[in-house]
Amino acid sequence: MKKTKFLIGGGVIVLALAYMIYAGVSQSVVYFVTPSELSAAPVAGKAYRVGGMVQPGTVKWEAKTLDLTFTLSDGRATVPVRHKGTPPDLFGEGRGAVVEGSWSPDGYFKANHIMAKHSEEYKAPHDAGANHEQLLRTLKDGSTR
Amino acid sequence: MIPELGAAMLFVALALALYGSVAAGVGGRTGRPALVESAQHAALGVFVLVTACLLLLVYAFLTFDFSVRYVAINTNRGTPFYYRITAVWGALEGSIVLWSSMLTIYTLIVILRHRRNARELYPWALSVMLGVLAFFVLVMAVPAPVFERLTPIPPDGRGLNPLLEDSGMITHPVALYLGFTGFTVPFAFAIAALITGRVSDFWITTTRRWTITAWYFLSLGLLIGGWWSYHVLGWGGYWAWDPVENAAFMPWLTGTAFVHSVMIQERRRMLRLWNVALVVMTFSLTLFGTFLTRSGVIASVHAFTQGAIGIFFLSFLSLVLLTALALLAWRWDALGAQGELDSVVSRESVFLLNNVMLVAATFTVFFGTVFPLVSEAVRGVKLSVGMPFFNQVNVPLFLSLIFLMGVGPLIAWRRASADNLRRNFLGPIVVGIVGAALFWTLGVRSALAVISLSLVVFVTATIVVDLLRATRARMRVGESAPRALGGLLLRHNRRYGGFVVHLGVLVVTLGVTGSHAWSVQTETTVHRGEHAELAGYRLRFDGLRASEESNHFKVTGTFTIDGARATGAVLEPAKKFYPQDSSPIAYVDYRLGVMEDLYVVLGDFARDGSQATIKLQVNRMVSWIWLGGLVLTLGTVLSLVPERRRPA
Repeated sequence: MKKTKFLIGGGVIVLALAYMIYAGVSQSVVYFVTPSELSAAPVAGKAYRVGGMVQPGTVKWEAKTLDLTFTLSDGRATVPVRHKGTPPDLFGEGRGAVVEGSWSPDGYFKANHIMAKHSEEYKAPHDAGANHEQLLRTLKDGSTR
Repeated sequence: MIPELGAAMLFVALALALYGSVAAGVGGRTGRPALVESAQHAALGVFVLVTACLLLLVYAFLTFDFSVRYVAINTNRGTPFYYRITAVWGALEGSIVLWSSMLTIYTLIVILRHRRNARELYPWALSVMLGVLAFFVLVMAVPAPVFERLTPIPPDGRGLNPLLEDSGMITHPVALYLGFTGFTVPFAFAIAALITGRVSDFWITTTRRWTITAWYFLSLGLLIGGWWSYHVLGWGGYWAWDPVENAAFMPWLTGTAFVHSVMIQERRRMLRLWNVALVVMTFSLTLFGTFLTRSGVIASVHAFTQGAIGIFFLSFLSLVLLTALALLAWRWDALGAQGELDSVVSRESVFLLNNVMLVAATFTVFFGTVFPLVSEAVRGVKLSVGMPFFNQVNVPLFLSLIFLMGVGPLIAWRRASADNLRRNFLGPIVVGIVGAALFWTLGVRSALAVISLSLVVFVTATIVVDLLRATRARMRVGESAPRALGGLLLRHNRRYGGFVVHLGVLVVTLGVTGSHAWSVQTETTVHRGEHAELAGYRLRFDGLRASEESNHFKVTGTFTIDGARATGAVLEPAKKFYPQDSSPIAYVDYRLGVMEDLYVVLGDFARDGSQATIKLQVNRMVSWIWLGGLVLTLGTVLSLVPERRRPA
């Protein structure tokens, strides 16, 4: 009798947890896509993370209105991005950036968050020396966000 | 010459650690004390060698020995003196050195403390500790060679990651690693218990202080990490559910479960199997965390080169888990529970439920951290579950845990009668509900905040009820009130130390709740002489100035507060440009307060200094998180004081 009670209790907890994880994942999952993947089949309103290179000559920053626009490219397709807020420290033309947000039916990507990251593809070419790998690892250790 | 000396010493240390591990094991098996003694000498040798390596590395940093690759990457001639020392553990290789070094210290203390009082378990525990140590020395020697040379020798180094030029770098890694490595001790004793078959409660009581110490340092490391994130990274938060944070948080969760479940075993002879499993899990999670954050697995989602170190950690982790599982299976019968749960409404059940919740939280954190990896590997779909997932799933779990924190210490063992429940909880529940109503009328409209705050009130009330009752009982036999309270804290320091730790957790909870519910922020561009305003603060932008620092170039904005609040104060957020980095780094300025912090980040600026874009935040009650850490410290110290009374 007692054992049954505990089993039922345990079962309820496990089920509740499974449901919470399922609901949590389905509500907050964000898909990583490349500009080509996104422009092939954009779904308006769905949460995406788009990673690519900030195309040189496309960054426009209006300090007064805090409007930032630029184009992300992966060499094959481009995605126009709009963001409200200051460009982050590591952000720049010709560098890599990951933007999180959603596709707007008006034909641009509305970014809520820009993650400009230190990493391989994002380093300027002249940095790629003998210590390349080590440098990256070091950078990564400290700048994990 | 010195780097070669260091590298050679590492290989000797590796041989000694391996020898010691085997010798202690054989000594334990055959009961030959001479072998165990020999293992102790080996442990001492490893300690000396690893310490010497650490010192050599410090020396290499202080003398700018750029022929050592690790030094060249993590320092340059402009790096200030104290950051040259902290740079020693500023990256992968050095952090393993720090880890090993702490493990050698722990091993020595274990030898000093336990070689006489834990005769049967001790040789095996020593063997396990030296085995773990051997692994870390192996990592230092082979996949992460800290003394590796660099040719040609560069004239100057690259420099420490600028984000790590912070005082938190002195304390954070040290505390965190003292926590991580600390769990090796209860793990070693658990394995020793399994091997010798003495799986009763001796290993638990022997390692109680060790477990609490490790738990405390891990908590401290997490809090200092939060402080670093808050005042260095410039996003105004302290916890982002980043894989690195999760990696340290998971062992904390299972460690917390372990700290509680051992009490049930001590008191009721239950949960033997569970406790061994928990400590194995905690120790494995410290390894897993290191694997996750140091191997580049997580980063590989964003294209990152994977080194050999991942293989080393994964192999060792598998070895640990397989060995532990085999031992568990071998001792399965002996581990069968002696006591039994009598009722669902009892202290045992509440503690068990607390454990279930903590392990559930561990699982969700684990799931959220590795799910993206699994998805990418299995389905080829790159995705992530960020902060919303972790918050959504964990907040209910943590709120339940806080509730249990109020119930657990007061509810009766075995079976709680209706009378016991009424006597202990009626008052606190009423106070909690009144608190909820009060917060609501005061204008708190977030349901989550109201629930969280009233739970804090409820738990505080249970602690007060308990203290008052116990004090009164002592006063009845003629003690004065302060004397009664003091005597209580000292005589029953384990129990009341635990209460103080709980209070610390409550204070942290208030900080987390407050900062989520009431923080506000704005982003704006101002011209010189113009004001930025937020929550009653008015900041006047007075201009920019540039300066040359020892290892970077700095642009500082000056903002004077001239509104109704904090008039006259000046905030100077800056941007630092490091030559080794192509992009600048924000330097946050802030005014910390008990109820709120004013927090300013300099974003963009015009080169002529005429305008600046700033992010302005008023972060509420964040300081409570750090204050909670202080309370936590007090509670831990209190609970570690040797007990005055004889154990019951």
